[in-house]
Amino acid sequence: MALLNITSPHTHGPLNTSQIMRLVIYAMFPGIFALAYFFGVGVFFNLLIAGLSSLAFEAAVLKLRKRPIGFYLRDYSALVTAFLLALSLPPYCPWWLIVVGSFCAIVLAKQLYGGMGLNPFNPAMVAYVILLVSFPIPMTQWATPATIDSTHVVSISEAFNKIFFGQHIDGYASATILDVMKQNSSLSIEEIYKKEPLLTHGYLASAGWEWVNVAFLLGGLFLLYKKIFTWHAPISMLIALAIMAVIFYDNGSSHSGGSPIYHLLSGATMLGAFFIVTDPVTSAVSKKGRIIYGAAIGVLIYVIRVWGKGYPDGVAFAVLFLNFAAPFIDYYTTPRTYGHKKARVVIAKDKETK
Amino acid sequence: MNTSALNPTTTFIKVWEIPGGIHPPENKTQSTQLPLGSLPIPPQLIIPLNQHIGAPAKPVVRVGDKVLAGQLIAQADGIFSANIHASSSGVIIKIDNFILPHPSGMSGECIWIDTDGKHEFIPAEICEDYLSEDRLILIEKIRAAGVAGLGGAGFPTSVKLTTKSIQKIDTLIINGAECEPYITADDMLMQSRADDVIAGAYLLSHILHHPQRIIIGVEDNKPKAVAALEAALKKIAKPEQDNLIEIAVIPTKYPSGGAKQLIQMLTGREIPHGHHSADVGAICVNVGTTVAAWRAVRFGEALISRVTTVVGESLSVQRNIDVLIGTPIDYVLQQHGFDESKASRVIIGGSLMGFTLHDLRAPVIKTTNCILAPSKKEAPIPPPAQACIRCGLCSEACPASLLPQQLFWYAQAQDVERLQAHNIFDCIECGACSYVCPSKIPLVQYYRAAKGTIRQQTADKEKADRSRQRFEFRQSRIDKEEAEKEAKRVARKKAADEAKQKLAEQKSAAAKEENKVTEDLSPVLAVPQVEAVVSAVAKANASQLSYEDQKARLERILGAAKNSLESARAPLVPKNPEFPITEEQLVRQQSRIKQTELNVVEAEKKLADFLGTASQPVEDPVATAIARAQAKLSQSSEEKLRANIEAMQARLLKAQQKTEQAKAENSPSAKALQMGVEKMQEKIAEAQAELNSISSEPNS
Amino acid sequence: MLELIFQNPIASALVALVGLSLLFGAILGFAAIRYKVEGNPIVDQIDTILPQTQCGQCGYPGCKPYAQAIVDGDAINKCPPGGQSTINALADLLDIEAPQLDFEHGVELEVKTVAFIREAECIGCTKCIQACPVDAILGAAKQMHTVIVDECTGCDLCVDPCPVDCIDMIPVQTTLKTWAWELPHITPLHLIASDKDQRGQAA
Repeated sequence: MALLNITSPHTHGPLNTSQIMRLVIYAMFPGIFALAYFFGVGVFFNLLIAGLSSLAFEAAVLKLRKRPIGFYLRDYSALVTAFLLALSLPPYCPWWLIVVGSFCAIVLAKQLYGGMGLNPFNPAMVAYVILLVSFPIPMTQWATPATIDSTHVVSISEAFNKIFFGQHIDGYASATILDVMKQNSSLSIEEIYKKEPLLTHGYLASAGWEWVNVAFLLGGLFLLYKKIFTWHAPISMLIALAIMAVIFYDNGSSHSGGSPIYHLLSGATMLGAFFIVTDPVTSAVSKKGRIIYGAAIGVLIYVIRVWGKGYPDGVAFAVLFLNFAAPFIDYYTTPRTYGHKKARVVIAKDKETK
Repeated sequence: MNTSALNPTTTFIKVWEIPGGIHPPENKTQSTQLPLGSLPIPPQLIIPLNQHIGAPAKPVVRVGDKVLAGQLIAQADGIFSANIHASSSGVIIKIDNFILPHPSGMSGECIWIDTDGKHEFIPAEICEDYLSEDRLILIEKIRAAGVAGLGGAGFPTSVKLTTKSIQKIDTLIINGAECEPYITADDMLMQSRADDVIAGAYLLSHILHHPQRIIIGVEDNKPKAVAALEAALKKIAKPEQDNLIEIAVIPTKYPSGGAKQLIQMLTGREIPHGHHSADVGAICVNVGTTVAAWRAVRFGEALISRVTTVVGESLSVQRNIDVLIGTPIDYVLQQHGFDESKASRVIIGGSLMGFTLHDLRAPVIKTTNCILAPSKKEAPIPPPAQACIRCGLCSEACPASLLPQQLFWYAQAQDVERLQAHNIFDCIECGACSYVCPSKIPLVQYYRAAKGTIRQQTADKEKADRSRQRFEFRQSRIDKEEAEKEAKRVARKKAADEAKQKLAEQKSAAAKEENKVTEDLSPVLAVPQVEAVVSAVAKANASQLSYEDQKARLERILGAAKNSLESARAPLVPKNPEFPITEEQLVRQQSRIKQTELNVVEAEKKLADFLGTASQPVEDPVATAIARAQAKLSQSSEEKLRANIEAMQARLLKAQQKTEQAKAENSPSAKALQMGVEKMQEKIAEAQAELNSISSEPNS
Repeated sequence: MLELIFQNPIASALVALVGLSLLFGAILGFAAIRYKVEGNPIVDQIDTILPQTQCGQCGYPGCKPYAQAIVDGDAINKCPPGGQSTINALADLLDIEAPQLDFEHGVELEVKTVAFIREAECIGCTKCIQACPVDAILGAAKQMHTVIVDECTGCDLCVDPCPVDCIDMIPVQTTLKTWAWELPHITPLHLIASDKDQRGQAA
């Protein structure tokens, strides 16, 4: 028997990183199915293209960096990033858009920083923002939810031609409700809800979107139940967003930003709350820090959605902004160590100004 | 399940929350199925002298001595040390280094006893009524018995019980939490020796001046132990001054058995950084230690055995045993059907804090609470660590509220300053962070390594500071000596100048008289000559000045030497007629005669020399002195160098030989020696070059 | 005149620039004096970084003189006992590029050594005592000498003067007290190897 000098502990908990990543992927399934239900097969194309290209990029970079490829691919982190990107992109967007996005996410935002665990920004969000800034038109063309226009269901061959050969599909694209609300300057909330087909076909927020959000919420709750992450960041983000909506509801006038429920169930709110904000690599660490981190994202999402000039949704921008701030938040939210009075020890290095 | 719920002693105890903690699989049932067992006395006991925190004990027996069980074989060396006793009767056969049960796998001094199998005890001092004894005597009894913390740290118990006057102890905690997986030694001890636990608790309470609360903290996964303790509590009479013992059943959560954690759970108090538990009024003693202390006082029993859990799937029998200190671990394993092919490793301690054993021959010591021999399935080799994803599970598990992942980054970067700023030394190395880490990063090892580095650096820094001080002190001392020498030199020069002036005056006076001016000294002196010349001049002047005086002085010296020779030769007369002259005195006289004879010869020679030189008409003694000094100066450097080189070459030869030898023996100092040789060669070359340059210069 | 200056774009720009530079110069100058950071003199800071072996391998009679020499412009790579880590620390402090150790002055030893006198051979000449820069050798004339191990810096200056060569430099042993865990060996190479192994098994 070889007597190994292995340091304690000699037993380990049941969770491992690959398992966590796999669970996150499973938790996306309700959202994926909801998206497919309301917007057709496009989402599957997105997932497929993003998944394959991301894995390819990851493998290529690992090869270039002379790292063990199999070891790192087995942690599924590239796949999670790819899926998050795929879910944020509009269905039926051109294939090259997704490949460029994957490149940005995996190569630029992740591997160039040192790979898994070392990236300061959420790779999927970096890619999303780069695409949004560079290719605004394909990035804002969302399909019309099936509940409004059930006459035309996009077939697989149509989708294939659209994605790979840019063939036009009649009347599939429309603006999202966030766009509509942003353009609006004359109608009160009540009037919009009566007039706008997206809202008249919906129950609480916008047709289709509200269910997509509910589906992501379900997935998130599953992860919470599995203790993959703590409640602090996502819940504080949702609460902050809701509180902002309440404060600036303005009695539903034409300047109103919309109701809390509208904000919670629109756009990428739930996807962001449970799949983006909870990304441990780029978020704050301590419980207190995560509450601050989540709340700040919630506030920023509202600010960008309602008062921002250019972009209808603000999840990606808000998350990236707070990724910047995460080390700063960590610095000020260090928990108090056992037996110490002060939470934080300032060391000479920090005080010195070089 | 919780049998204690009805008992009033356990109802009102508030248990505080502690941060962090984990719930690993307990694995405690395997070893609690069988009753507490014991082993046949092993043929040989190997008893290390350092089983505790602090200095190793000093052996008080010699090889060949016959010892009885419980006999002192090594004495505590200082306060932070503990006595060591023979665990069984037999003969001391060796005192030598042997492998210790230590994570380093290093060796330490041990005493070997060849047991005779009789297990005869040394007569013990029994104490019926400890209440009538002085507390210091009680502590001394515990100290004499070599009781040290059996929970794992091995802190001498007597030191723990000797509290400072400013520390008011209001809570005594008996630690029966035993939170670590696999270990059931304390559980079994409480079940089988509950009476001793209770009696021991009262004893410790008495020693600590009756604290207001005596709490036995037990995790709620040990209902049998709790029941046994409660039964014992009812049975054993409470001493009058003591308060009733409370049995606190605490929720199972690792690491509740850590002293800091248990104190926090039971009193809500945190021990401030850099303080001891006594500073917050609490003393925490392990149940095993409590029993050992009790038996030391009551029955005068030394700590020669302990309850140890022997567990793991590679054993055919898993149970707790009362094992003699010094029993080789391979003997213990063998007695429990150890299957080496099944085992993945042998661990001393539990699965969360235990360390792997390098060599199974190491002995059981006072702190060995568990011998864990897991199968390959039970404790697989950890997979390679994945990247840290900053999930924060470690921070949540940390009972000290540290930021394990930050510490991990800093430990990787060896950023000592930040590690300390993030309180790495408050890490209790419980392993909770590594346990929960999904990437299976060996965090604890990083912290241990970082702590070691920091300790080393601190020690190095201290040493560097001391070296600096010593260097500076030496430098100032040398400067002072130099300054003193310089002052003396200046004084001498001044005297010489004065003498010279006087001489000049005399000369000028003589010249006036004789109208003859001798050679002026000033041109010679004006040449920037070496100091030696100056002093030679002064000497020569002085000699010339007092030619007659000198002659007289030398004659005087010769006379004195002759006189003393005379007196030395005189026969010895005993001062006291009763004592004859001893051999020693005679010898001394002989040597004195020899010495004085030598003195006379020397004095005669000097006088003759002086007369010889003086008889020659000396035109100018100053000039000859100068010439002589100059010649010496110009020559000496060359000669000196030559001599130097020769000496160095001889040394080089020796050094080379030594290097060869070291190389042949593969000794680690070979490199250093080699460097020495090279340096020497350089030096010789340098000297040679200098010599060449000197000799090539035309002698002026 | 003034008008002319303000009319002329170059002149007015010059006036504005000079005015601004005077103003900011004054502010910065004031701040530099008012908020001056009182630090250790640079010599002491350098001296703290140096290993204090006082071995003289740098060519100076001790660490402090070398520190002074560095301040006066000497190179920072002349300290073999400190090795690359000391050079790096000095470079960091002085904000310059870290050079390689100058091998003219010796090589960095992997193991720390201390002097050891074979006492049976010692003739008590006190030569080593005079050579020791930190007074770490005890003894008197014609008495046996011995090294205070805790104070010995391992400079080996005592080895050369010994006329009977009874001084050895021996490596410092790790004891139970000084032993510590090493950092886990998780190098990328290790990972590659393990990955290969696993794939090999799978195949």
